[in-house]
Amino acid sequence: MNEFKLKLLSKIGNESFARSCISAFCLELNPTLEEINDIKTAVSEAVTNCIVHAYSGEEDKYIDISVRLEGQKAEIIIEDKGCGIDDVDKAIQPFFTTKPDQERSGMGFTLIKTFMDKVDIISQKDEGTRVIMQKEFKKE
Amino acid sequence: MRLQITNSSDCAVAKLDGELDEGCVREVREKIDGFIAVNDFSRFVFDFSGLSFMDSTGIGMLLGRYKQLKQRNVPIYISNARGHVDFILSTAGIYTIMKKIS
Repeated sequence: MNEFKLKLLSKIGNESFARSCISAFCLELNPTLEEINDIKTAVSEAVTNCIVHAYSGEEDKYIDISVRLEGQKAEIIIEDKGCGIDDVDKAIQPFFTTKPDQERSGMGFTLIKTFMDKVDIISQKDEGTRVIMQKEFKKE
Repeated sequence: MRLQITNSSDCAVAKLDGELDEGCVREVREKIDGFIAVNDFSRFVFDFSGLSFMDSTGIGMLLGRYKQLKQRNVPIYISNARGHVDFILSTAGIYTIMKKIS
């Protein structure tokens, strides 16, 4: 078992740092290049959601990330204390976005679900959102 | 992210190298829109041969340019998208509105 926690500001650009860090931490499970890219994309989507939606561009708020590796499995939790999601079922629909004016594609959660084995979204209005994602890496 | 836009034989080519995400999408959008505003061409190509990463922010950028260029009847083509980027473009249905070329 191994675990890693990261707390970082909701600044644009930190999505890149987060996906590099977390995918690097998963390397001890010998993932394929494809699996690494899956993790990178899912993390990038979830962290971008925190920056763009949860905190609406406020850059002095924090995003909490934790990664737990157990056996061949990685569990990644990305959490904010932002505005929360009104209707999670609606938010995960492909192409649904609350910010079409900003050229948002509405594909964030769809891609997370495509690339991870299991995704849970727990959100409370005005309190925040927690995205729990799991992926099992294939054994060589 | 590095972006280079060229225009020759009536075809504009935007070559993106590096990673396309929230951190650079605004600059990419502004550069492309600035180019579109002052240039004439009948085809627009995104050359993704040097693009190593893209997330849904990139999909939003592509859809935005599609809406703009559609008004001018200019088709968009995607050239040389690599493994992961190619898969994301397929998943998001981009190839139904932009032709894939190599």
